[in-house]
Amino acid sequence: MRRVLTLFTFLLLTVAAFVPVSAQARGEVLIKNATVLTAARGTLEGTDILIRGGKIVRIGKGLTAGSGAVTFDATGKFVTPGIIDAHSHTMLSAINEGSLAVTSMTDVKEMLDPTDITIYRALAGGVTSALLLHGSANPIGGQSATVKFKWGRPAADYLIPDAPLGIKFALGENVKRSSQTQTQPGQTFRYPRTRMGTMEVIRDAFRRARDYKQEWDDFRAKKTKVPPRVDEELQPLVEILEGKRIVHCHGYRSDEHLNILRMAEEFGFRVGTLQHGLEAYKIAPEIAKHGAGVSIFTDSWSYKLEAYDNTPYNAYILWKNGVTVSINSDSDERMRRLNLDAAKTMKFGGVPEEDALKMITLNPAKQLGIDKRTGSIEQGKDGDIVIWNMHPFSPYSHPEITMIEGEVFFDRSRDKLNRAVLAKEREELEKLDVNKAPGSGGTPPARPAERRIKERDEADRGEIGGDN
Amino acid sequence: MKTMRRILISFSLTSLLSLAVFAQSDGSQQNKTGRAGTFAIVGARVVTVSGAVIENGTVVIQNGKITAVGAGASVPSGAERIDGKGLSVYPGMIDSSTSMGLSEIGQGANATVDIAEIAGNNSNAKAITAVNPHSSHINVTRVNGITTVMSAPIGGLITGQGTVINLNGSTQADMAVESTVALVINFPRVAGGGGFGGGFGGFGGGPQVDFNELVRRRDTAVEELKKTFAAALNHAKAVEAYAKDKSLPMVPTNLAYEAMIPYVRGEKPIVFTAERERDIKAVAKFVADMKIKGIVVGGQEAWKATDELKRNNIPVIFTNIYSLPVRDDDPYDSLFDVPSKLQAAGVKFAISTGDVGAEARDLPYHAGLAGSHGLSPEEALKSVTLYPAQILGVSDRLGSIEVGKMANVVVSDGDILDPRTNIKHVFINGRLIPLTSRHTELFDSFKDRK
Repeated sequence: MRRVLTLFTFLLLTVAAFVPVSAQARGEVLIKNATVLTAARGTLEGTDILIRGGKIVRIGKGLTAGSGAVTFDATGKFVTPGIIDAHSHTMLSAINEGSLAVTSMTDVKEMLDPTDITIYRALAGGVTSALLLHGSANPIGGQSATVKFKWGRPAADYLIPDAPLGIKFALGENVKRSSQTQTQPGQTFRYPRTRMGTMEVIRDAFRRARDYKQEWDDFRAKKTKVPPRVDEELQPLVEILEGKRIVHCHGYRSDEHLNILRMAEEFGFRVGTLQHGLEAYKIAPEIAKHGAGVSIFTDSWSYKLEAYDNTPYNAYILWKNGVTVSINSDSDERMRRLNLDAAKTMKFGGVPEEDALKMITLNPAKQLGIDKRTGSIEQGKDGDIVIWNMHPFSPYSHPEITMIEGEVFFDRSRDKLNRAVLAKEREELEKLDVNKAPGSGGTPPARPAERRIKERDEADRGEIGGDN
Repeated sequence: MKTMRRILISFSLTSLLSLAVFAQSDGSQQNKTGRAGTFAIVGARVVTVSGAVIENGTVVIQNGKITAVGAGASVPSGAERIDGKGLSVYPGMIDSSTSMGLSEIGQGANATVDIAEIAGNNSNAKAITAVNPHSSHINVTRVNGITTVMSAPIGGLITGQGTVINLNGSTQADMAVESTVALVINFPRVAGGGGFGGGFGGFGGGPQVDFNELVRRRDTAVEELKKTFAAALNHAKAVEAYAKDKSLPMVPTNLAYEAMIPYVRGEKPIVFTAERERDIKAVAKFVADMKIKGIVVGGQEAWKATDELKRNNIPVIFTNIYSLPVRDDDPYDSLFDVPSKLQAAGVKFAISTGDVGAEARDLPYHAGLAGSHGLSPEEALKSVTLYPAQILGVSDRLGSIEVGKMANVVVSDGDILDPRTNIKHVFINGRLIPLTSRHTELFDSFKDRK
């Protein structure tokens, strides 16, 4: 146990050391003379950006700031909006509640771990915001969280206060496969086991939600005297029916995506995003007509049967049909190089540069309902900005500064300066009695909690025994 | 120009053909082997890799080989001219650690998976006998400029023999550059079992075990491996003795030992999977003790064992660009920068995806990421062309644009490591490859759907 504590203390110290300018005031920040890829209004050469109180207040040439402003000389450098990952499980201590087919009562907002080092690594890849989703074990999964990666802050600070509510749905192999794991004695397999059953579970849930809403409406209209019992499962579904909660629906095959669009139309709501959508290109006109966004891997494929019909031209076909496309990672690893994933869409089909950039900035912002405040470099938006050493679509590019609301959360040069300090600290900690290897004379350590990074990294891909 | 058009026409014909074939929808008929001929790429930027870049150069391809390279190289009569204006010529890239063709769909389609045998010593299992020449991964990979891969099995302590294959051919024999290039061993690790390129024990799964006990177990496993090597050597001696003197007892057949002989004698290299410093150092010691040729694949902490690697001439095939740092407190770029550290220390290295197959076409971006973290763009390019050829012992045929080498040549409209770059032409073994794949076929089938 002591070793656990020591490790924990060490982690906290690490966190502290990684935060470069945590106390940076929300005063003025001036970025000078950059090539600005706005992701909304083209590319601006030799341009300054002035941020005040966390918001972009001016974009132009020759801007000046008051004394005390933090200034970045971005001569020869490129500036983009912070990257937004519309499908992530980063910083979640748990991802899947797989016991029931409908787990809308669960909420990943209660699972946020702000000390998760992958947050910092994502910042180092230029990611400032993410949609954190429940896993894909059930037709209707848990509620989601829309966050900014304010590394070093408590979990509550990560949540974007005015972001619309969201929820995860899932279709296909992962939902079916959950039913196929070994049962305990006395247990039965979980319904559904087919794509037919999956649709009926969702239909049943929405019928019950509609009835539940009716009960409340009647009560509020004083048609009934006794208030209905509050139902934590159905309440989020009522919010969907009322257009107050965005559905993010995991799926691979085009037929099942089409089915969920039709069912949404039957119940009178619009699906927010089709997640993964490896075959979305097959039904691009239908998706455009419904008005759903699609959030895809740029080109992952063939890792399971329902991923065999993906093509890296997916983004292009959807874009050409006017669908709002975002490119996500669903992976703590891949998250760090979404800029290169977006660049690929220029090659496969020929998406124009700015539209390619939008697929990791403005488009995911739209899909998450946070585009009024972030996703592009425009006056009035949050100062969520990345300064790159060169064009972010170059293979040799990397972020130098990542800021959220004008505050620096990643600074490459400062990170490098901190390394010697951290290495020394680690060395000292390793010498402590409790941290010695067992059998080498130290105190036998207790076993820390299991790591689950691999599981999480492959959540939704179903590469791990249990479904995610 | 006329010949250009001919090429274009031939492209569209093949894509029509492939559409018809796609109706079968099993991915097995998509491997189109291209067209042989004499070709001259004229007026291109030639990135030879082995020598200086030639601006406005010509590359001639004839009988499967590169027959001329240079600014003033003459074009043979009858050659198809390819206008290289604005284009660059590169050697085909080589992914030196994959399982290409051994696993089509890893999960939920076991019938398509032939990647791991179940014995401990699978020395006689040869990847070349299981590579599916018609895997859809092959075309998808080669149209991105990767023309050659090492494909190897992954199961057991000794997984079997890897093969170097060109990504073209209707049969395994057509594809083979070196049918059996290396033996692959999942070197016994401290903290747990084997595994191809990853996985760390210690905390987490299984009952907690004393660290020194784990080291002891590893040492025992290495001793066992040494005994297996000795048994293979003894087997060879006994077979040779019996061949000379039939009065000696006949040696019982043992295919696994038989397969090991060139490797345990140091005639051909053995690839060891190892990630951590202590395991890589243990590999180096094993290589020295057994007097064999070793290659490390994986290599997360190879930069901590550069002295041992250099002393024993052990190159590293680094497969961890797309991996997260091992420890929480490792620097965020701690795996991106391993190639640059190896280069600085003078360790021979290559960059590989380490991917089973479907994502091997990302090889240039693995190298590019190393290029964004300390490695020069020139070295990044070498790490996926000349260096893997040298490490796999095929640099006499592959890895650069040089006269006499196999014509594995890629023509692009920009830096081949840049994700925005378009591949314009691919030659494998002198054949002009159609730039179609399962991906382009799906695209063509649905791009105009209203």
